[in-house]
Amino acid sequence: MSYIRATLIPILTITAILIVVWYAAAIWLNSTFEFDTAERRDIQISWAEVIPATMAQKRPVLPPPHQIGAEMYDTIIDKKITSKRSLVYHGWITLSVTLLGFAMGTALGVMLAIGIVHSRVLDMSLLPWIITSQTIPILALAPMLIVVMNAVGVTGLVPKAMIATYLSFFPVAVGMVKGLRSPEAMQMDLMHTYSANSWQTLWKLRLPASVPYLFASMKVGVAASLVGAIVAEMPTGAVAGLGARLLAGSYRGQTVQIWSALFTAAIMAALLVAIVGLVGTWLNRRMGQREEELA
Amino acid sequence: MTPVISAHSLVLTFETNDGPVHALSGIDLDIFKGEFVSFIGPSGCGKTTLLRVIADLETPTGGTITVDGMTPENARKARSYGYVFQAAALYPWRTIEKNVALPLEVMGLPRAEQQRRIAANLELVNLAGFEKKYPWQLSGGMQQRASIARALAVEPDMLLMDEPFGALDEIVRDHLNEQLNKLWHRTQKTVVFVTHSIPEAVYLSTKIVVMSPRPGRIYDIIDCDLGEERSLDIREAPEFLSIAARVRDGLKAGHAYDE
Repeated sequence: MSYIRATLIPILTITAILIVVWYAAAIWLNSTFEFDTAERRDIQISWAEVIPATMAQKRPVLPPPHQIGAEMYDTIIDKKITSKRSLVYHGWITLSVTLLGFAMGTALGVMLAIGIVHSRVLDMSLLPWIITSQTIPILALAPMLIVVMNAVGVTGLVPKAMIATYLSFFPVAVGMVKGLRSPEAMQMDLMHTYSANSWQTLWKLRLPASVPYLFASMKVGVAASLVGAIVAEMPTGAVAGLGARLLAGSYRGQTVQIWSALFTAAIMAALLVAIVGLVGTWLNRRMGQREEELA
Repeated sequence: MTPVISAHSLVLTFETNDGPVHALSGIDLDIFKGEFVSFIGPSGCGKTTLLRVIADLETPTGGTITVDGMTPENARKARSYGYVFQAAALYPWRTIEKNVALPLEVMGLPRAEQQRRIAANLELVNLAGFEKKYPWQLSGGMQQRASIARALAVEPDMLLMDEPFGALDEIVRDHLNEQLNKLWHRTQKTVVFVTHSIPEAVYLSTKIVVMSPRPGRIYDIIDCDLGEERSLDIREAPEFLSIAARVRDGLKAGHAYDE
């Protein structure tokens, strides 16, 4: 009951407001086309005729929610998953790139963070580059990376996953540097009095202490990885994947298709973030964290 | 008898942006096996720094110090001491028994030996039955007892304690003082204890080192011969009160130029 009151009601209220605003915007934006058409045919039409028409255009400026819902139902549930029009088929391709990129990005981020925390040289030399790497627009970098990878014979999933990696390693690296440095001076001194080596200090103190930081940054990382996967699908010829659907849709002015792919991507991102969050909560609980700190 | 800890003209100066800070200056001190020595003094007198030098957590900038006849570094590597901090510093993701096991894992002891030491030392601090609890499930006093068990599990000849009961309320503190006195009596370990409480120092110690600040130095060393096993009632005894008075005078005199 308290869950419903605390979480569900506010979320549903905002959702309802958004839907109302959306319908109003759809009517307003799509009506121009109806009025223009009527003018060309030299007929007078009233708002009572325009409003239903704006709800069912073939290429609306802003498709109303139910049109997107119908398209998503059609392309996710009705279509065979082997069909090139199935969003499950495209979603799976994007998801597999996302997961591979996320796994590589997390591993890379953790390794970089461990190196940075243990070596002053790496701290001074790597961190500025890591930050700089994120200032390069991924849209500019992606095609070049694909071309270079193709030239050395790496094709398929891996080049795309590398772009997802490029975006997802960053939050993990930064979060893990913070996490690995989070033990208090006293906890570090304790290890020193035991004459623990740095491997033991890493394994028994730094890594366990960084778990909450790791999962917080992995939530950001997995969402970034999905963005990277979608971006990576565009310069690869837009053959398949949600990114390909977005690009193909925009070539043909298929706004309903674009919005459907967009929503599928958003739902996928939300699910991925939620899964990472659940694993994090489960692990923190196993590590004895008190319930009220789990949030 | 050769001292366990021996410092001669020990100096430690921290270089800071506001110029040098003389944390320790001209420290001469011998501590013998089985003694309970307290460092007492106002904040900034270097009592914690001196303890940290013994533990090789700080490096002196002058003079000499030996611990167990070795440099502090070698003594640390030989695991000559167990260290108890101001806070329990238990790792929150480990249960009480796993916290006690921490130094034993680092030492690479076999599992059976770890189990034996965990059980024995939790028993010693009256925490048997709390093995599977997480630190947050224990009171502050119990957490500090767990950290003492963790220090004892190393089975060192020496226990270094940095204001271990400073954060606890007086009732818990009295109780832990009594337990620590019994523990010291039973195990015959050398204890070096930092405190800013006069009754605590007098009650526990065989020797009280009164320190004064700026620069941190030893003002007075007072023998405190009240027998080995002491009850809390001893605090009303005339011998106790006269030693306490001498400590108080020392603290006042060492501090006087300050105001």
